Amino acid sequence: MTSNSLVYLIALPLFGAAVLLLAGRRSDRWGHILATLLSGGSFAVGLYEFSQMLSRSTENRVVTQKLFNWISVGSFNVDAGLMLDQLSICFVLLITGVGTLIHIYSIAYMSHDLDRRRFFAYLNLFIAAMLLLVLGDSYLNLYVGWEGVGLASYLLIGFWNQKPAYATAAKKAFVANRVGDLGLSLAIMIAFATLGTVSFSGVKEHASQASTGALTAIGIMLLIAATGKSAQFPLQAWLGDAMAGPTPVSALIHAATMVTAGVYLITRSNFIFDAAPTAQLAVAIVGAITLLFGAVIGMAKDDIKKALAASTMSQIGYMVLGAGLGPAGYAFAIMHLLTHGFFKAGMFLGAGSVMHGMNDEVNMRRYGGLRRFMPITFATFGLGYLAIIGVPPFAGFYSKDKIIEVAFNAGGVKGVTLGVAALLGAAITAFYMTRVVILTFAGRARWDGEAHPHESPILMWAPMVLLAVGSVVSGFLFTQGDALRNWLSPVVEPIEIHEAELLSPAVVSVLALALVLLGVGFAVVKYLRSDVPVVAPENVSIFTKLARRDLLQDDFNELVFMRPGQKLTEVLVETDQVLIDGAVRGVARLTIGSGGVLRTTQTGFVRSYAMWILLGAIGFIAAIWMVTL
Amino acid sequence: MNSSNWLTTLGVLPLVGALLISVLPKKSDLNAKRIAFITTLIVAGVTIAMATQFQRDNVEMQFVVNRSWIPSLGINFALGVDGIALVLILLSALLAPIVVLAGWNESSGGRWSTKTFYILLLVLETMMIGVFAATDVFLFYVFFEAMLIPVYFLIGGYGTGTRSAAAVKFLLYSLFGGLLMLASIIALYVISGEQGGHTFDIGALSQLHMSSTTQNLLFLGFFIAFAIKAPLWPFHTWLPDAADAATPGTSVLLLGVLDKVGTFGMIRYCLSLFPEASKTFTPVIIVLAVTSIIYGAFLAIGQKDFKRLIAFTSISHFGFITMGIFAMTSQGQSGATLYMFNHGFSTAALFLVAGWMATRRGSSKIADFGGLQRVTPVMAWVFFFAGMSSLALPGLSSFVSEFLVLVGTYTRYPVAAVVGAFGIVLAALYILIPIQRSLHGPTTPGNESLTDLNLREKVAIAPVIAVILVLGFYPSPLLNVINPASEHVVAKAGFSDPLPTIDAKVGK
Repeated sequence: MTSNSLVYLIALPLFGAAVLLLAGRRSDRWGHILATLLSGGSFAVGLYEFSQMLSRSTENRVVTQKLFNWISVGSFNVDAGLMLDQLSICFVLLITGVGTLIHIYSIAYMSHDLDRRRFFAYLNLFIAAMLLLVLGDSYLNLYVGWEGVGLASYLLIGFWNQKPAYATAAKKAFVANRVGDLGLSLAIMIAFATLGTVSFSGVKEHASQASTGALTAIGIMLLIAATGKSAQFPLQAWLGDAMAGPTPVSALIHAATMVTAGVYLITRSNFIFDAAPTAQLAVAIVGAITLLFGAVIGMAKDDIKKALAASTMSQIGYMVLGAGLGPAGYAFAIMHLLTHGFFKAGMFLGAGSVMHGMNDEVNMRRYGGLRRFMPITFATFGLGYLAIIGVPPFAGFYSKDKIIEVAFNAGGVKGVTLGVAALLGAAITAFYMTRVVILTFAGRARWDGEAHPHESPILMWAPMVLLAVGSVVSGFLFTQGDALRNWLSPVVEPIEIHEAELLSPAVVSVLALALVLLGVGFAVVKYLRSDVPVVAPENVSIFTKLARRDLLQDDFNELVFMRPGQKLTEVLVETDQVLIDGAVRGVARLTIGSGGVLRTTQTGFVRSYAMWILLGAIGFIAAIWMVTL
Repeated sequence: MNSSNWLTTLGVLPLVGALLISVLPKKSDLNAKRIAFITTLIVAGVTIAMATQFQRDNVEMQFVVNRSWIPSLGINFALGVDGIALVLILLSALLAPIVVLAGWNESSGGRWSTKTFYILLLVLETMMIGVFAATDVFLFYVFFEAMLIPVYFLIGGYGTGTRSAAAVKFLLYSLFGGLLMLASIIALYVISGEQGGHTFDIGALSQLHMSSTTQNLLFLGFFIAFAIKAPLWPFHTWLPDAADAATPGTSVLLLGVLDKVGTFGMIRYCLSLFPEASKTFTPVIIVLAVTSIIYGAFLAIGQKDFKRLIAFTSISHFGFITMGIFAMTSQGQSGATLYMFNHGFSTAALFLVAGWMATRRGSSKIADFGGLQRVTPVMAWVFFFAGMSSLALPGLSSFVSEFLVLVGTYTRYPVAAVVGAFGIVLAALYILIPIQRSLHGPTTPGNESLTDLNLREKVAIAPVIAVILVLGFYPSPLLNVINPASEHVVAKAGFSDPLPTIDAKVGK
């Protein structure tokens, strides 16, 4: 089916971004209204497309729109084309739906900021780029959206870039994402060299003819891309710092939508991963590592946003693990992505509401007892909390338990390892989320006289209420008659395997619940039954210290990449001036016959020159050998 | 207009402008600027009109002029363009009025008069058009060398800092390369005499039979000249000094257009005159290109001065262009030419805004800036946009060309493409580090009272931004012109695009 209306999904918010940025201060008074309306308009178009899709039979649900021929050279032919299928419509509704709620919330949250218009321009730009990411019909179109959301994320993390630390956080996110983007570009190059096409349909059609080696290479490169965008191990280090952005940004971009793009990419590329078992296993391993990594960090964070960010990293780990389990797991990965979109966005908005009432304080040790002052925030946050730790019948119970179950049933050592990791993660999640709720809403008030906690205005709590409703019912709805699985099945083609299950759903649920209760119990004993010091205690175990330091992720990157990189740069700058330009100047002087030549070639230099020339020659020959392989 | 008059007209128009300026009375600086601006605008208009007459699918030279010039030596005044040359002439003609308008006051600090500045600039425009349009090797050489004169005086007479030293360095480097090329040209001439008649016609010269040793030696003569001009590592050290000393407008023309003569020459002369030697040297050249990409990027990261930083980013970008040319695939070749055009605009944006920042602040040191986003939001935005273009953000024109070069290289030289692709990550660093230092953070002392862009500057930069944005989403107008020419180049050099491995296996 072709359509003429898909482009409006993207065009509306893009238009908003352009108007707000070009009109500048002139649009200060109405810019946020326009941006919110356009985001809402895009949501309306999404709903319309969804209703149209529902009215058609399963095999006729995919809609495409070719806009124009974008790049065409030789056999490299890429259209600017959009494709809406059962998978992308889930994202469209999530992005525009949650996105519009967060626009509304931001009207109030950012009302005192001088640059509120610019904030809304970036939000609209983000919505447009994210929609392009999920609607592009080829890897190259996806790439435009992929880097577009990276740009929006950079601009929004650094929205208050007058603070040097925030500007650094923005740069860090961009650079880490570029490492991932390198993976995506290489994946596209390999796909073109192997299959002669970069469109999703073309790659899907020809993938079976390609060698496993080529598909594995593409898969690994796509995984690298996903680790960058979705803050997965080993490119996860930027997400915690990204909390420098205003809290609605953390909710929308760094929780509900952009950071889940990696899960979309892997699920979209199911035809590659299903034919490349090694790459698929790598996906599952990355997911399992990250879900534990994030959860451990989450236990030690006192900054409410950083605790939630660690949780996001961990929850996306679950999704990536799900996607790495192949056809059995894709649908659950997407389901967890959607339910997470509700409960995590809701909790971030809740955190924003708390900060709003507490003079932008983020340290949970300075909160306490806020449930009496912010009842709506407490209630909505609490529902999100029940959803994320997986208490039935809240949303997370349905989606997370399924991933644990599929992991266990993946077979062999792999299944047991991944399953145990996922189960362990559930316990830790229960612990750190309970800790967040207790520190913030329960116990004694630990704030000083300056703070006057109060409930937020309706523009802020209404979106929180709606997201809380999603946290409660979405999981139940998605699993009714396997609704979401059946809906997605034409895209991800689940293979129904009825092998002997290692663990039945009931056993998994009981196990998971028991561990969740254990986690909750520990947190209650530690933070509710005993007093919480306002200043974080120093005499803690090495594990807590490591977790507070984000398990040394920054120290590692600094030691292995940053410092050697800086050193290399210094050496090269020096070499360029002394050696290369020096050689040129030397030749010039020699020609002129100046005696200065002798002075520049004094002993000591000659030896090092000779060494450099030798090293250079070896490197050069090696390089020639490499490219002619 | 008769099709043979276009190129001559284009070449003569700037000279007419220069003549008009030269007869102006003293102290009429404003009129000199006006004449220069109007002349360059007319040239741009005529070039666009000519481009509309270009037959896209015709791979022969078009708008051909061929008059005997020095008959006793077989030298002709021969002009003509294919899609590649057309795009580069378009680039030169479009950038010239932007440079004049953007650098309205940059002649004021010179040794000589404002009039002289604009005469030099207009003469340079004629040379730029001539060097891309020449189809007689000797005529090309004349333009190639004559071009140095106005640039030498523009840098040495109107630049800043150590302008004399930089100008001399530029001149010596270029002359050295030029001499090597001259030797090769003379050799070609002699060989052509032995094989049926002395000529400098590029078409005839490409039919010559040469031993592979001869080919290799003559190839090197041309290639080294072009590698210096482009510049390719390790022939690059003149560029940062020249860019540092030159006025921003001169730098735009130097890096945006003149350096393209190097990469253009590789396509037009190295590949078509010496296809065998090109094949022989390709592995070496690809390595030099990849080295340029990575080396230029690292050096850019390490720079403390905006102008030098931009110069090193260009060395990295020229590495991409050269890699695309010698990858010998249609994507690499078309990508390289498109890259030349896009890099011109991208660098123009960077240099112009860096120039405006430097003029206002009285320094081009990165450390002297801070917090400009608050003080001069429009200028900060333009700088940010130019930076995004330089790091090839998808949606901007440079992305299309950079990706084409990478994908076109990967199909033949996967290792080179993978190593070169690391330039994507390094680009983020060399752009975002200076952006953070100059635009973000608190406003540092000395920046509080800087003024934002004025109307003239906004008008000058707007078309640059528009071109970068439009070609990012819709590169077809240029690609349609470039593709037939670059496919012709690849085919003539004896290559065809590698098949996708799945097709190659079944032997389709």
